[in-house]
Amino acid sequence: MSPDKIIVAIVSVLGIGFTYWFFLGKNDKEFVASDSVDIMVDGGYEPEVISILKGKTIKLNFLRTDPTTCLEDVVLGDFKVREHLPLNKKVVIEITPDKKGEFTYTCGMGMYHGKIIVK
Amino acid sequence: MNETKKTFSVKGMHCASCVATIERSLKKVDGVSKATVNIATEKATVTYDPAKVSDDKLYSAVSNVGYEVIVNEEIRSEDEEKEEKVRELHDLRLKVAVSLILGSLLLWGSFPGLMQTAPLFLRDFWVQLIIAIPVQFWAGFTFYRATISALKHRTANMDTLVAIGTTVAFAYSAFVTLFPQLVVKIGIDPMPYFDTAAIIIGLILLGRYFEAKAKAGTSEAIKKLIGMQAKTARVIRDGKEVDIPIAEVIINDIIRVRPGEKIPVDGIIIEGDSSIDESMITGESMPTDKTNGDIVVGATMNKTGSFIFRATKVGQETMLAQIIRLVQEAQGSKAPIQRLADLVSSYFVPIVLMLAILTFAVWYIFGPAPTLLFALLNMVAVLIIACPCAMGLATPTAIMVGTGKGAEHGILIRDAESLEIAHKINTIIFDKTGTLTKGQPEVTDVIPFGAIDPNELLRIAGSIEKGSEHSLAEAVTKSAEAKQLALSKVEKFQAIPGHGVEGVIDDKKITFGNKRLMDKESIDTENANEEIGKLETAGKTVMLLAYDKELVGLIAVADVIKESARDGIIALQNLGIEVVMITGDNKRTADAIGRKLGITRVLAEVLPDGKEAEVRKIQTEGRVVAMVGDGINDAPALAAADVGIAMGTGTDVAIEAADITLISKDLKSVAAAITLSKKTMRTIRVNLFWAFGYNIILIPVAMGALYPFLHVLLNPIFASVAMATSSISVVSNSLLLKNKKIV
Repeated sequence: MSPDKIIVAIVSVLGIGFTYWFFLGKNDKEFVASDSVDIMVDGGYEPEVISILKGKTIKLNFLRTDPTTCLEDVVLGDFKVREHLPLNKKVVIEITPDKKGEFTYTCGMGMYHGKIIVK
Repeated sequence: MNETKKTFSVKGMHCASCVATIERSLKKVDGVSKATVNIATEKATVTYDPAKVSDDKLYSAVSNVGYEVIVNEEIRSEDEEKEEKVRELHDLRLKVAVSLILGSLLLWGSFPGLMQTAPLFLRDFWVQLIIAIPVQFWAGFTFYRATISALKHRTANMDTLVAIGTTVAFAYSAFVTLFPQLVVKIGIDPMPYFDTAAIIIGLILLGRYFEAKAKAGTSEAIKKLIGMQAKTARVIRDGKEVDIPIAEVIINDIIRVRPGEKIPVDGIIIEGDSSIDESMITGESMPTDKTNGDIVVGATMNKTGSFIFRATKVGQETMLAQIIRLVQEAQGSKAPIQRLADLVSSYFVPIVLMLAILTFAVWYIFGPAPTLLFALLNMVAVLIIACPCAMGLATPTAIMVGTGKGAEHGILIRDAESLEIAHKINTIIFDKTGTLTKGQPEVTDVIPFGAIDPNELLRIAGSIEKGSEHSLAEAVTKSAEAKQLALSKVEKFQAIPGHGVEGVIDDKKITFGNKRLMDKESIDTENANEEIGKLETAGKTVMLLAYDKELVGLIAVADVIKESARDGIIALQNLGIEVVMITGDNKRTADAIGRKLGITRVLAEVLPDGKEAEVRKIQTEGRVVAMVGDGINDAPALAAADVGIAMGTGTDVAIEAADITLISKDLKSVAAAITLSKKTMRTIRVNLFWAFGYNIILIPVAMGALYPFLHVLLNPIFASVAMATSSISVVSNSLLLKNKKIV
């Protein structure tokens, strides 16, 4: 095999490894919320992982600054909420989780994810 | 003093002291009796005398202490949203037009066979570079922006794929233009691919434009429901009729509705009568005649007469508001079938990125010459063909259209899961009274034994039943009252559920109820057996009356079967569903009614608390069971069933207990709900099959899987056409549900 092909092979293996690590190997930081939490919607959700207590009502204040149409809606399927997020406008969603567990919330197309951990 | 209540939003509050300041300022206004401010909802609620206080006075009381009042916020925000959407679509259309026009010029100047006809300047690589730049970085900016934002969160989406794909094509072309000698040196003909990058951007944006338009159609039902509400109400206050905004109507307001007007809120008619078109809420096309004491529902249309009604539910409590909330919740819920798509789409883009790198490596190392060119073009094709959006849109768009269509027909579905289970139902249990029958039984026969007069028999029965809430009791009392029989006072009254009633009248112990009650009390019914048999075989419910443990007569009651019952049951049987009737009636009566309705499986003599156990018993036979009832008396049975269907009601209790609420009393709507579920699920399956199949087949093709056998490769431009059409086709397929017949 010529040297350029060897280089391409090595770089590709490294590239695949990097892609895996970068996108799928991340550790989400958990944000412990009490009464309310501001969630920035810009290329994803920040904070992405929110931990809350069972039975306690929490306000999730979504603010979308990213015009990507994918992020237009936020869906909290386990809480039966699908809300339109107008650009640069705070949208407050109130939930009172009645069971413990991990519940994902996503954009309207299920591409961007966040997680609500109920303890 | 006539008081009114108003709620408005206040901006600028930070703490509890702000609340106190605003409340104090509002209370100072002459005519304001109460003011409460809620910092959490950022809303102030004021009770005041409208004769003394104007809206402006209230607003200035708030603004004088340094806070801002938001007037007519909902109307404004809706308009703003609409404007934003229109602006977005306009912007998108411009970008599509510019990129497709410039892309076509690039294609003309560089496509083999076509380029010979193009003017010389279009064939110049430098001109092509200049034409390609605005497409890549102005029209394509949206892809870059989304990619950068996503990468900050270590996530990737479709924009990432498009951004990387087109950048690779653009960068390679720019390199060829800037350093053609270097490209020649490695044995490649220096041809740029500006056209590929530009056309891909144009087509994907075009797809997005159509997708946005189609997606707007999926949430149409909610908009329609919101738009159904009346804007004003003609309220009679202090003897004067005034038109006021609907938000200002309060409970117990007296409201006049004239012919052709919309009924503003829910209430009870207190004067006049009319024919009312309730099709928008119940889905029933025939107008209903209503008179004094009848309930009217907001947003329905008054047809012929003029009437006055008292408001009983306003604002968020009205049936329309509840329907809207229920549909919104259902549209926000997730169907179990969606789980796999969710799981796949969360790994999808990183996997496609890895496959793209793999494609490049394999083509570069093992592919034919020029290897770099093949490697690059196939990598771009892989990045462009992958379409995660179609998978993400497959289920929710169908659920949105399906639940919305249901609401239009008076079928309210609690969540996507209920909609999904409903298509598997193979057994439906109907609670007889009030569901298959009208629930308004009437006395048909009064048969005395011995010397007792029939009227006396009815009078005693009517007296003892006066204290009971059972629907049969009501029939007996009504019949006695209709004959103007003087009812006696009852002592030691006791109702025995599923049996009857007992009590003491004129020192005599009265026992009135079914045969089970007589057996329990050891009362001899031998003489009556023949009569009972005759009546029961005719589908009548027989009640027996005993004085001091001696049988003195029979009273038979029959409930009228609903006109829609037979057709409704046939419709279900045609869907291959077994129909079961459950009732507290004795076996003979129940069988007779079953025969009239064409129901062969009849569960008779089931006590109210035994219905749940019967549902569970049928479930153990491996059947998927739906229970249809009124949602009030049979809530446990409804909850035990795989799908609980509450019928002919819109009360909170019923909606709470049921997975599906049918506002219409028409039994055909049960079959309609199941047909809707079947059609929605079929749409979801087709969507998912298409979305998965598309990616599973076309990604390998783009990687070059067919090349060793057929020498076929996927041109990146065709990849972008396929990608753009795949998500549009999924959304369009969901929209087709709108036109499907369910009734």
